[in-house]
Amino acid sequence: MNPTPAPSEITPPEIYARRREFLRSSIGLGLGLTGAVPPAPTFAAAPARSSYSTDEAPTPREHVSGYSNFYEFGTDKADPARHAGRLRTRPWQVTLDGLVKKPVTLDIEDILRLAPLEERIYRLRCVEGWSMVIPWLGFPLDVLLKRVEPLGSARFVQFVSAVQPEAMPGVARRVLDWPYVEGMRLDEARHPLTLLVLGLYGAVLPNANGAPLRIAVPWKYGFKSAKSIVAIRFVAEPPRTSWMQAAPREYGFYSNVNPAVDHPRWSQARERRIGEFLKRPTLPFNGYAEQVADLYRGMDLVRNF
Amino acid sequence: MPRAALKPAVFLVALLPLGYYGWGAWHDSLGANPLEAVTRGMGTWTLNFLLVTLAITPVRKLTGWAGAQRLRRMLGLFAFFYASLHLACYLWFDQFFAWGEIGRDIVKRPFITVGMAAFALLVPLAATSSNYAIRKLGGRRWQALHRSVYVIAILAVVHYSWLVKADQAQPLLYGGILALLLGLRLWWWLMTRFRMNPPRRCADAPRP
Repeated sequence: MNPTPAPSEITPPEIYARRREFLRSSIGLGLGLTGAVPPAPTFAAAPARSSYSTDEAPTPREHVSGYSNFYEFGTDKADPARHAGRLRTRPWQVTLDGLVKKPVTLDIEDILRLAPLEERIYRLRCVEGWSMVIPWLGFPLDVLLKRVEPLGSARFVQFVSAVQPEAMPGVARRVLDWPYVEGMRLDEARHPLTLLVLGLYGAVLPNANGAPLRIAVPWKYGFKSAKSIVAIRFVAEPPRTSWMQAAPREYGFYSNVNPAVDHPRWSQARERRIGEFLKRPTLPFNGYAEQVADLYRGMDLVRNF
Repeated sequence: MPRAALKPAVFLVALLPLGYYGWGAWHDSLGANPLEAVTRGMGTWTLNFLLVTLAITPVRKLTGWAGAQRLRRMLGLFAFFYASLHLACYLWFDQFFAWGEIGRDIVKRPFITVGMAAFALLVPLAATSSNYAIRKLGGRRWQALHRSVYVIAILAVVHYSWLVKADQAQPLLYGGILALLLGLRLWWWLMTRFRMNPPRRCADAPRP
């Protein structure tokens, strides 16, 4: 929870290294059993570790990629791992436009070169009541946003995800209004915790987790972290997100993790961490209150859910 | 298959879902969220058995295969069996027997309210499933009581539908099958009511 962990909280490098060995071997084991996880290409340079990381035990890789909501591939949580192999992630371009001085369309290879990758181990809390701990690789989204020089009138950012009908069986059905659209206030998007994610578990981001690039906004419910992004638009009004369109009463624009504000149909007070038997209490802002609560000072979080 | 072997065979087949989830839980092969998988699985099989039970009478009327009737009680009791496991999963894995929380949940969450109501209505049906109970109640009253299974099945589909986040395909499929099964009954009832060529007489009379 602390922005800067005490020295005693930092895992000694040799143990950290062994942890990776363990993870590699468990990935190998998962491979042998399921054959579903292809060997992921790794990045050349070892990523730096971030002080924003939690020291909680990461959720096994096969669960992070094998249990996810990515409705473009189907509504079952096993669908992304089943179908996402067909997603074309190269060539890939991301358009940044709207209320900016320098709109641009960037190639994924250029984005990868924008800044050194760091590992951020974040908690992820799904609106459905389960949670994971995920070692993402990436850099602050603001590095990318700064490049286009947002105008003063830009107050919100809209994220648009890819639609590839030939690879995405889920988009044939209008479960949501495709393309998937998410959005945040500009200051939320520029917050140092908001990560532009390019990798997972020391390797290139798997398709099932939103390759080739997505965002991770750890204090909001998981669906706010848009996957396989193709456009980032700077706008003056709050964008209408796919989930707000689907069920405005159930999914608000902010969707900050908040144990005191229930989903209309279920409680948000507790969560099941994947791999655990007992449920644990859900923390305000998913445990990141110290870093982000100031963004919402004076706001009624029940009305702005 | 010899007549006598049908019932034990169906009994064993009806235990397969339990075996699947039991095996999966033991070998940790139910995915990332095994507790949710078991809870959902028990709920799905409750619905499946409710629909199969409700299909017995239409199957018998349409095919004339009287043997189906002999399976109805057992299949109905399996619906109750899986419903009890489904409820136990909720009480244990979701709420850890926090009775205050459970009470608030029943009052506050419509899909829990509806699920609980369906289970509560199922209990008297299971309790009066013996030949003794049928004799005690008398055929007419027994039959009137057991017609509440129509309401139970509707509540069960609504319970499922209200739980789903966005994709209503599965609840709609269940709802469609249920509508067909109940629709056939309504049609036959209307045919009998207006004396238009009833398919078979005394169709729903329970066996003594």
